[in-house]
Amino acid sequence: MMEFLEMGGYARYVWSSYAIVLVAIVLNIVWARRALKRAQAEARRRVTMRDAA
Amino acid sequence: MSAGLTPALEAARLVMARDLHLAIRRPGEVLQPLVFFAIVTTLFPLAITPELAQLRQVAPGVVWVAALLASLLALEFLYRDDAHDGTLEQYALSGQSLTWLLFAKTASHWLLTGLPLAIMAPVAALALGAPKGSVSGIIASVAIGSIALSLLGAIGASLTLGVRRSGVLLSILTLPLAIPVLIFGARATQLAMAGEDIAAPLYLLGAIAVLGITLAPLAASAAVRISLE
Amino acid sequence: MAWTWFHRLASPPYVYSLAARLTPWFAWPAALLIVTGLYGGLVVAPPDYQQGEGYRILYVHVPSAWMSLMVYTTMAAAAGIGLVWRMKVAHAVAASCAALGATFTFCALVTGSLWGAPMWGTYWEWDPRLTFELVLLFQFLGYMGLRAAIEDVQRADRVSAVLAVVGVVNVPIIHYSVEWWNSLHQTASVMKLSKPSMPPEMLIPLLMTGLGFTLLFGALLLVRLRAEVLSRERAASWIREVVAGEAARA
Repeated sequence: MMEFLEMGGYARYVWSSYAIVLVAIVLNIVWARRALKRAQAEARRRVTMRDAA
Repeated sequence: MSAGLTPALEAARLVMARDLHLAIRRPGEVLQPLVFFAIVTTLFPLAITPELAQLRQVAPGVVWVAALLASLLALEFLYRDDAHDGTLEQYALSGQSLTWLLFAKTASHWLLTGLPLAIMAPVAALALGAPKGSVSGIIASVAIGSIALSLLGAIGASLTLGVRRSGVLLSILTLPLAIPVLIFGARATQLAMAGEDIAAPLYLLGAIAVLGITLAPLAASAAVRISLE
Repeated sequence: MAWTWFHRLASPPYVYSLAARLTPWFAWPAALLIVTGLYGGLVVAPPDYQQGEGYRILYVHVPSAWMSLMVYTTMAAAAGIGLVWRMKVAHAVAASCAALGATFTFCALVTGSLWGAPMWGTYWEWDPRLTFELVLLFQFLGYMGLRAAIEDVQRADRVSAVLAVVGVVNVPIIHYSVEWWNSLHQTASVMKLSKPSMPPEMLIPLLMTGLGFTLLFGALLLVRLRAEVLSRERAASWIREVVAGEAARA
């Protein structure tokens, strides 16, 4: 296990690469979902406003 | 009316004559990029070293980056006034092809910035230690390269027409597109300074310029039309 | 009519519901492929005979670099379709691509630099591929900057579409000129592993992560596209049905 984590001495480079890409993936998922949630909330707000008017 | 010209050529001649006239009336706008070029190339010896042996190594890069920035600076004048006073709109409505008229406009822009830069570039290069024999090669490379730069710049300037304070954005859009020109142009200058054959990079610069001549006015006219809508 | 599917794609409500239905078909296979691909790359694949364990960065670097180009091409193609057929949905696709592309181009750059660091002994070498990715990142940022600078959405769509199309014509020129430039100065690229020597245990995980990233891009694009379509069509009447449908499901 330790041997696996050490990556033959390249641990620093390998694991930080994987971390950065995973963070980018997670951030992109979060951003995309948040954009959709916001747009949906905005649409809901507009529909109820139009109904009230 | 000069006899024997087709309407399209006559229109192009009028556009170019108008731009050149305006430039003669306002020489400051033409000279500013050239002064800028001279100042930038002066900064490098001050920042690096006065030793010509060392400057000679960076001279092609310095000359080309300075030329690139100077031509970028000149782009601000390319459409700004014409968009402001409605001239571009008249061009679009004139019945002549807008693409063709913008091509003529870009050609006069090159005469006013690219060509003078091509003449100034060897002076700057000589001051940075280039040998005398390299002058013609440097003129050729900057002259051809600046055709491509003017055309790429025309695209950038037309894209940023409707944007306020567009200077920085214009640079960010245009500079990445200009990278091939920079690479081949600096290489040609480097070879010219080493006294070698500059044909290969010059052909590549020429190819980019030809590609630009065929495609850039199309893109520019599309962008100008969008901004006029 | 053979073209009805194309015309349907021009209809925002159809695209909105289609994107919602398609998203899981992209997202789950993407997750599966990326997880197994990375497991294969990290655990199953043997170390490289020259670069040892360090080459394993390949399994995130190459898919990121591949994705950066794919996103740019998709963006330019969508922008071109939007320009030619005046298709609002196509512009929405292009607009959804930019931020995705920029982040993965950034990833390709950083992982490339981290890969090069132990091999070159420095974090940055003017490697042609890295330089190319850097220029690509500038192009993404320029596109985003231009969009942000124009307030009117429709005008921003069309102006930035011209930029995207011009950019995609330039991408191969930049690629070859950078290769040419590099060949003059001879810095060996570590990102090129010789292909024939790559055994299947190394190659298959790479293909899996590559496909996984492609599907991930698809899924993210679909979600962003829905958000984009919804906020562009806020005045349209079909929005009411979407809101009602979501309320019914919740």
